[in-house]
Order: sequence, then C-alpha cells, then structure tokens
Amino acid sequence: MLECAEIIRKEYLRHDKKFPHVWCPGCGNGIVMGALLRAVHSLGLDKDEVVLASGIGCSGRMPTYVDFNTIHTTHGRALTFSTGIKLARPELTVMTVMGDGDSTAIGGNHFIHAARRNLNLTAIIINNSTYGMTGGQYSPTTPYGSKSTTSVYGHVEHAFNIAELAATAGAAFVARSTVYHATHMEEMLKKGIEKRGFSVIEIISNCHVQHGRRNKLGGAVEMINGFKQRSVTIEKATKMSADELEGKITIGVLADVEKPVSTEEYQRIVEEAKNKAEIITKAKEKNGVKRYEE
Amino acid sequence: MESINESERKKILLQGNEAIVAGALAAGCRFFAGYPITPASEISEILSVKLPEVGGTFIQMEDEIASMGAVIGASLAGVKAMTATSGPGFSLIQENLGYGCIAEVPCVIVNVMRGGPSTGLPTSPSQGDVQMTRWGTHGDHPIIVLAVSSVADCFSVTIKAFNLSEKYRIPVIILSDEVVAHTRESVTLPDQDQIRIFDRVKPDVPSDWYKPYADNNRGVPDMAAFGDGYRHHVTGLVHDEKGFPTQDSQEIDKFLRRIHTKISKGFQDIQITKTHLMEDAEVCVIAYGSVARSALRAVRDARKLGVKAGLVQLVTLFPFPRKAVDTYLRQCRVVIVPEMNMGQMSREIGRVNQAGCRIVKHNRIDGQLITPEEILKHLTTV
Repeated sequence: MLECAEIIRKEYLRHDKKFPHVWCPGCGNGIVMGALLRAVHSLGLDKDEVVLASGIGCSGRMPTYVDFNTIHTTHGRALTFSTGIKLARPELTVMTVMGDGDSTAIGGNHFIHAARRNLNLTAIIINNSTYGMTGGQYSPTTPYGSKSTTSVYGHVEHAFNIAELAATAGAAFVARSTVYHATHMEEMLKKGIEKRGFSVIEIISNCHVQHGRRNKLGGAVEMINGFKQRSVTIEKATKMSADELEGKITIGVLADVEKPVSTEEYQRIVEEAKNKAEIITKAKEKNGVKRYEE
Repeated sequence: MESINESERKKILLQGNEAIVAGALAAGCRFFAGYPITPASEISEILSVKLPEVGGTFIQMEDEIASMGAVIGASLAGVKAMTATSGPGFSLIQENLGYGCIAEVPCVIVNVMRGGPSTGLPTSPSQGDVQMTRWGTHGDHPIIVLAVSSVADCFSVTIKAFNLSEKYRIPVIILSDEVVAHTRESVTLPDQDQIRIFDRVKPDVPSDWYKPYADNNRGVPDMAAFGDGYRHHVTGLVHDEKGFPTQDSQEIDKFLRRIHTKISKGFQDIQITKTHLMEDAEVCVIAYGSVARSALRAVRDARKLGVKAGLVQLVTLFPFPRKAVDTYLRQCRVVIVPEMNMGQMSREIGRVNQAGCRIVKHNRIDGQLITPEEILKHLTTV
C-alpha cells in the first residue's frame, strides 16, 4: 500500500498544479480519487489514453489534480462532453466524475440518456447528500426529514436511489460502494472501467461540514464509521426483508448485463456506410459524374 | 458517353440547409450532435446519412444543451464539429457556448432563425436572434457571427465559419433563416481541391513544455487534442497559461484580454461585407440574410428609376464591421436598414454613426419576408 501510494503520488498527481486541493479535511473525495488512481494503475491503462471529465461542485475539482487528459465542464453536463470525446476518439478510456446534485438534478436528463444510450463510458458518482460547495442546500439525495440550508424545517421531498435509477435507465453495469470501503471501491471502479458499456459506480460519501453538522451525524470519522455499520453486501441484502434493509446501504455489483454497446455499433455503421459510399463514388466516377450531384 | 461541359456539370439544385451540409463536409466537419427542431431538421437528417460515409459521427442528443456539450467534447478530441438548431434550441445552447468561448474550442453553431419569442412561429422566417448571438451567453466574451442570404452563401459561409473557428479557436455562429433554409436554387459548387481549408495549429513541443493557453504572436494558443499525448487540463473556470484555475487578478486580466484581442487582431480577416452598386451611391440599404436578396432587387429597380442606390450586405454581423459601415455612412445621404425584427442591427449601425447620417429603419415582425417593393418605396421617397 505504501509503495502504491508513492507511485500514485509520483506518477498520477500533477505537480505543476498548485496543491493543496480545495476539499475540506476529512472529505471523502480524496478517498475516491485515490481509489480511482489505484484502479487505473492496476488496470495498466496508458495515461495518454485516459480522460477524466467532471461537472461542477466539489467533485468537479478532481480532474485538476490528476495527470490524465482532463476536463472540468459545466454543471450537470459532464456526460455530454464525455459523449462527444468518446465518439470522436473511441480508443480513449473516458471516465466522468460527478456529484449527486450534478448527476441527478441539473444533469438528471443527461444521466438517464447516457445510461439508455449505452456508450462505453464510466460514470463515478460521489453521493454526499448535499450541495457542499454552495453551502449545504438540499440535493436530490438528501434524506426525507433532513435539515439543510434550504430545508431548515426538515426536508419534505424524497431521495433518489441513484444506483437503482441508473439500472432502470439501462446502464450495463451498476455498483455501489462507500468511502469507508476503499479497497472494495477500487474493485468496483476496476470492474466498471473494464465493463463494455455504460457503467455507473455510486459512492456514498460524507459531507460532515454541511450535511453532517446540520443533522447531528458527527464529524468525518463518525460519518464514515456510520457507512461501515449501515452497509450490507448485495449478497446479504437479497436475503433480507424490506424492513430489515431500512436505512442500510447495499454495496457491491447491483446490475451487470450484456448488451450491444452503441459506440461499437456505430463504428460498424460507419464501416458499412464508408464501403457503400466508396462503391457508389467509383461507379459514378466511371460514368463521369461527381459525388455532389446525386 | 459524351463529355459534359465543365460548368454545367457542377450546377446543382440545392436547398439552403443542404448547402450548409455540403459546406460543412467540404470544410472537414466530421462530428454533428443535434436535436430535432424546425426549420433546421434537414441539416441533422442529411448529416446522419452523410457523416458515416466519410468516417464521421452523427448523434442525436437529448436536448440542445447536450448537443453543444457533445460538440465541444468532440472538438477537444480533435474533430471538427457542428450543431444546428433554431431559436428555442439556441436558447439552450447559450450555456455551453460560453464554455466554448472561455475554453477556446473551435466549433460551428447554425441557427436557422424562426419567429419568436419562445415557441413563436416555427415555420416563418425572422431575424429576431441577432443580438442574442452576441450577448446570449453570460460574461464578457468575443464571438463571431456570420449571416447567409442565399444557397451559394450557405456553402461558402459555412466553410468560412469552420476556417475562422479553427484559426481563432472560437465558436462561430451561422445565422440563417427559414427562407434561406428552405429555398431551392441552382448553385455551382467548387471542387474540393479549389477550397481553402484552415486546420487548427497543433503544438509540436514536448508535452512537458506545452502550455495550452499561453499567448503567442497570433494570440491564439496551439491546440492539442485529447489523446495526443499532452494530457492537458480544460476548464470553464478562468485559467492560467497551463489551463489551471486561477484567482490571480493579473492572470485573469491577461487571459480575458487575450481572448478579446485575438479577435480584434483579426478584424480584417473576419469582418466580411459585400457591396453592390455602391461606387456612386447616395442612398444605400444595409441588409443581411434573406432580406439582402429583396434589398438587391429593390436597389436595381431604384437604379432604373434614376435613384443612385446601393446595397451593403453584411456577411459578418459580429464583430460588427464598423470600419466598412462607417465608410458608407459617410458616403451616403440616407441609409435604410430593413430587418425582420424590431431593429437589432440598426442599433449597431446607429451606434457607429459618427457621420450623423440619416438612418431609416424598416421592421417587419409578422412572419413574412420583406419584399423588394417595401424597400423600393423607401429608396424612392427618402
């Protein structure tokens, strides 16, 4: 682990970028970034061929620190930029890191359509149940009854289950982990990156500064310990009743299906269309007619 | 088989939207993302067939915000990219258009204008989006806007749009309208080898030395694509030379001034106007888009009646061709500005009118094209 940490520091962090990072002490984002870099390292991916995109928010700053091709896009739109990058250069490994508000509020439409479309992309969603950077307003995953800076009387709306949403929308691979389970998270990320098709890894994280403090959930240590206590593996969860699962976090691979990947399907269409066009052009040139005049 | 006459051979019947497609493909566009909207849908439909044939990519996104995101993504990966829409979609494009400006991403956005505001008049022409192209996205930013008035224009201006976007690393907007888009005319298209194509300048330094936003004598930094081995950072935050976010007021000022001056340095190249019968004109019409067609007819008819009339057709709307317009404001007694809006371009002309020339506005917003007769009436009575 120590040796690996040294490699990560030397090989994968940008040293010409002014550290320290913007994240608060105890934030889960750094744990996710570490696991992501270890996953990329152990998969042996070429840094030149890796793209990390992000939207806006605390999670949005992650690409700044890592030595890949990186892009910090607009709020909620990261997956649309990733779609363009992947289609233009299918050989690149394109990953997109987003927050809960980023991916399921302002970017909710892009998220479900990316899942439906099934391009070969990886979406990493850090779910900390709040808009941390803007001051702790309620997000689509803020639990019912919780307090936030825009729900001081208690939240009256219900939370999204991001992983289930992704699976229902058609994602080929869906997994969940928490920032307590750093090595498990790394495994899930590896599986997601390797998966052919759209993969979603939801990572439950802590924002003790905004969400934890207002809901008396303790500091970073207490919140992360809470994830440990509340987590059950998907294997165990399938044997539990709905009542028993109340308040639990199901972790592991929640969906893994084989279906045609649209990036690859489109490549096939391009090849066919190119061949057909070539035959037509040749035939027309033979008859002295140019292509525009069809 | 008999050999066909060279000029006859290339004369073909095209619709404005079809000519935009032909121009885009000739310019090297290999990526299109769009969302269905009248009266721009033909551009999507035809490109969905043509792009795979040349190894390019077409994708229909979930909305215009996503289309613009995908276009920028594709361009950052090194592929010339475009989207096409109309007013309501253009409203959604504004968000990521600003991203294209700050991250200096070459791309082309076609707005086939229809009547607005809101859903407005989906199948009627309008020029209501002119000022929106300039100031639609938030923050101080440069932009290039070109207007087309004929099918031949659609082809050549689209090529120009791609060339300017690549040369200056900036989104370029093509303003068409419902009349130009759906008019069929016979045009003569040049051979591919007759067309001048400009591709973005790529860096040739080792990756450690590469500064993706460093100033140079052109004011336009060299642009590496994702996957080229440079592993740079792109952001919508104001950034330093290396592309990383900055709060340093000196760096902020330097950056924002550079993205403006890179355009002002290129005014001669960017600001395009066409003139007809202006040599001895005393009265002139300044027009753009489909209205310029009516204006040309009106000017010719006015000449037959002995009026020394001329036409200045604006191809570049922004950066506003102040120098050229100023010349004609000084030359002419009266300038007539017909527009299918409440006077969006006449505002600009008025703004630069230091000569105190009399400016007559003619505005039509009923979903109908301005006729030559309407303009002729002004030319013969002013």
